[in-house]
Amino acid sequence: MRRLLYFLPLVICLGIALFFYRGLDLNPRDLPSALINKPAPEFSLPALPGRDIQRADDGLARTDLTTGKPVVVNVWASWCIPCVAEHPLVDRLAKREGVTVHGINYRDRPDAAAAWLKRLGDPYAKVGKDESGRVSIDWGVYGVPETYVIDGNGVILYRHAGALSPEILERKILPLVKGAG
Amino acid sequence: MRSRKRQRLWIACIGLILLGAATALALNAFEDNLVFFHGPSDIAAGKVEQGRLIRIGGLVQENSVNKIANTAKIEFRITDGVAATPVVFEGILPDLFREGQGVVANGRLDANGLFTASEILAKHDENYMPPEVVEALKKSGQWKMGGGAAPNAAGGNS
Amino acid sequence: MIAEIGHFALIAAFLLAGLQATVPLYGAHKGDRGMMELARSTAVGQFALVLLAFAALVNAFVTSDFSVLNVAQNSHSTKPMLYKISGAWGNHEGSLLLWALILSLFGAMVACFGRNLPPSLRARTLAIQGMIALGFLAFMLFTSNPFDRILAPPSDGAGLNPLLQDPGLAFHPPFLYFGYVGLSISFSFAVAALIEGKVDAAWARWVRPWTLAAWCGLTVGIGLGSWWAYYELGWGGFWFWDPVENASFMPWLAATALLHSAIVVEKRDALKSWTILLAIVAFSMSLLGTFLVRSGVLTSVHAFATDPERGVFILALLAVTVGGSLTLFAIRAPKLQTTGVFQPISREGALLLNNLFLSAAAATVLLGTLYPLFLDVLDAGKVSVGPPFFNATFGPLMAPVLGAMVIGPFLSWKRADFRQAMQKLWLGVAAAVTAIVLVLILSGVEGILPAVGVGAAVWIICGTLLELADRVKLARVPLTESWRRARRTPRAAYGMTVAHLGVGLVVAGVLGATVFKTESIQNMKPGDTVDVAGYTFTLDRVERLQGPNYQAERGVFRISTDGEQFATVNAERRAYPVEGDTTTEAGIHTTWVADLYAVIGEGSPTAGWTTRIYHNPLVPWIWLGTIVMSLGGVISLTDRRLRIGAPSRRRAPTGGSSSPAPAE
Repeated sequence: MRRLLYFLPLVICLGIALFFYRGLDLNPRDLPSALINKPAPEFSLPALPGRDIQRADDGLARTDLTTGKPVVVNVWASWCIPCVAEHPLVDRLAKREGVTVHGINYRDRPDAAAAWLKRLGDPYAKVGKDESGRVSIDWGVYGVPETYVIDGNGVILYRHAGALSPEILERKILPLVKGAG
Repeated sequence: MRSRKRQRLWIACIGLILLGAATALALNAFEDNLVFFHGPSDIAAGKVEQGRLIRIGGLVQENSVNKIANTAKIEFRITDGVAATPVVFEGILPDLFREGQGVVANGRLDANGLFTASEILAKHDENYMPPEVVEALKKSGQWKMGGGAAPNAAGGNS
Repeated sequence: MIAEIGHFALIAAFLLAGLQATVPLYGAHKGDRGMMELARSTAVGQFALVLLAFAALVNAFVTSDFSVLNVAQNSHSTKPMLYKISGAWGNHEGSLLLWALILSLFGAMVACFGRNLPPSLRARTLAIQGMIALGFLAFMLFTSNPFDRILAPPSDGAGLNPLLQDPGLAFHPPFLYFGYVGLSISFSFAVAALIEGKVDAAWARWVRPWTLAAWCGLTVGIGLGSWWAYYELGWGGFWFWDPVENASFMPWLAATALLHSAIVVEKRDALKSWTILLAIVAFSMSLLGTFLVRSGVLTSVHAFATDPERGVFILALLAVTVGGSLTLFAIRAPKLQTTGVFQPISREGALLLNNLFLSAAAATVLLGTLYPLFLDVLDAGKVSVGPPFFNATFGPLMAPVLGAMVIGPFLSWKRADFRQAMQKLWLGVAAAVTAIVLVLILSGVEGILPAVGVGAAVWIICGTLLELADRVKLARVPLTESWRRARRTPRAAYGMTVAHLGVGLVVAGVLGATVFKTESIQNMKPGDTVDVAGYTFTLDRVERLQGPNYQAERGVFRISTDGEQFATVNAERRAYPVEGDTTTEAGIHTTWVADLYAVIGEGSPTAGWTTRIYHNPLVPWIWLGTIVMSLGGVISLTDRRLRIGAPSRRRAPTGGSSSPAPAE
């Protein structure tokens, strides 16, 4: 009995370590989004001028999210360094996986944003220009990049704050996009 | 031998009493002093107790910041995209406080739904910037110094 | 080129640490002298190599070599020289290198000064030290190499976080790490003792000076950090129970307990497994602090950039070090023989009480710090645990410690007479009661707690001085006799007296800053005045000025009392264009009895500026007290008996803390 007492510190320490291990995956700075499973906010943004590939981009609006097909909305800016890092993943999502990805260009200079897309590639179907950042506030955007998955009826299924990672893409975003279709 | 046993008993007793007292203190303190985090929509839904110290987080609503003339009081609204909570704060705002930026406030809710903040914490950076990203960028040669600030960030509030 | 030399030195140090961690251990097992001696040369060699690496990094910062990623990310050519140098450890990689440097410095010190240690104990201690170094060097080399180059060097750096560009914070990490890492020696000694299966008075005497040295560093480091927060964050507070602050405070509490329990091991041959456990826990708390600051599991104002991969690595390091040593403890500690027997009312009883309460306090701080994480992991909601929790738990737990620390030195070892001790202390009791009554009558502060707090401060200061007076028999024997006794009193006893006085000063300062402060927030235009605690503050003017790497808006306040101006203070808001950040510099005028503290916020000539004015009585005593406390530690360190390598003098029966004057 007394010998067991000497194991107590070890047990406590292991218990705490277990919590730490689980805690590493959590981000304490993450603020819970109030918009999950709610319809995306009403908005309409003008198109980002000067894009290389002139698709039928007449700006991004709420109606683009209710086409019956799930879409991904990616909030980015040219001054944002993590956006550069996640860009290949956004590219892959659009080109390899065939998912419609719309961009919201957050608090940016249009010329800088267009040049950025020219340099790194342009995976977006439509890019809305949110120079004031007002629409992004309605979306609850805390910083860039942020990525949202919207079902075909304009309901937000998932939000990821921060740069995408291959795991997030494969484990969270793709199942949602495929599942909601 | 006998006194050694007695000594152990003493230590064990004191230790147990102390442990009990410390646990009681901690639990009691948790009861009163845990600060829960809520969003404006929780407040709108009436989930938040009045008068209790809570922490709310969200974005500072555009065009909502108003410095009351000749006082150190500031009014603004915190929104999470669904609901907005009016906040009043007396004091010096953190350097990174701006409209449209993330903010966390400690304070209490009154009967009229007004949140009186005792402390305002601005989120430090507009960038989500985990270092492994920096690492990856450095490897690809795209690391640029001095980037990472919104061009109109210096625009100031209101 | 120089950066590569640094990198290479780190690799060599890593290999040498591997040698140091294994061969001496085997040698000690086999009783092979040569293998055991290897511990000393490798420890010194490892220190030389890490020092070389550190010099290489400082050189890169001083010469602004922006082809080194770390420099480019954390320095800038326009930065003042002091901050170029301190920038070397103002970031994750550099601070780790500083950590490794101090770790190897302590190892080398044991190797050089530990001549009179038994060879096997020394070999094992250094081997454990080598294992810790191995872990940290691996961490650095595999996840956080400070010498990484950039493919395309930028023309200038990104700058150092302006909050960190401050003299207080430039020297805060070296002291703090000296304390954190110094505890690794106590840890290594404890683990080595577990391997040897022997803990005796000699062991306690060897461990104490190292713990004491680490404790002094930790005390100064915490004091500097708190001082920095006080004048730089501009909230008028000095301690915020922030996770990072707690991370440095928990090892301090454990180290304080360890210092006291080691005395019991030395004097009474008791509390052995408890002391071993404390030595392990104290260093574990240091590692925990490193983990909390660098893994991002908790939010904090001054956390480093976070990275899950690094978090996993440190967690693994933590699990191996702490888990391994505690497993060894669970197996070996029950075998440690205790011969001492003791009574509750005795010196050792008082020290035990101190230990129990300090540990309980450390445990509640740990609980409060980790609780948000626990709830988050269990998905039970996002909470934060603020100062009210810590005040409600920590305060009551410290109260008995403050009471006992005065009575303890009056009690004799083995068996003491409580009544007799209190009789000697009647003056202290009277002073404390008088102070309580005076505060209750004179000050407008509500409640009995502030008064009790003041009483505690008076009690500690008076009681500690009374103990010294009693020791030299002041006023009971002729002055010359007292003087002779004072000269014969060991330095360790003076060390205790000074350190305990420091605690009294800190308690007084903390009370002044929390309970008796006055605060005023208002909007001011130049020419406006505001009265705070009998002082009139006039905002004289607000001017713009250009610093070396910032622009500032400076509010000049004139302070007068009874119409007579006696001071001006400058409160600044600084904007750092390179880093895109602003900082607040509080304007402080100190009278040593109180601080007058002014902060200026955003504003304009038409709308006026938001200002915050504080009158913080006794606040300077907090830092004075921490300095006095560590001074006490240093005085104690110079005691002949504790001096490393000095033969123990059996003739002087006076304790590490103190003991009653020699038989009358």
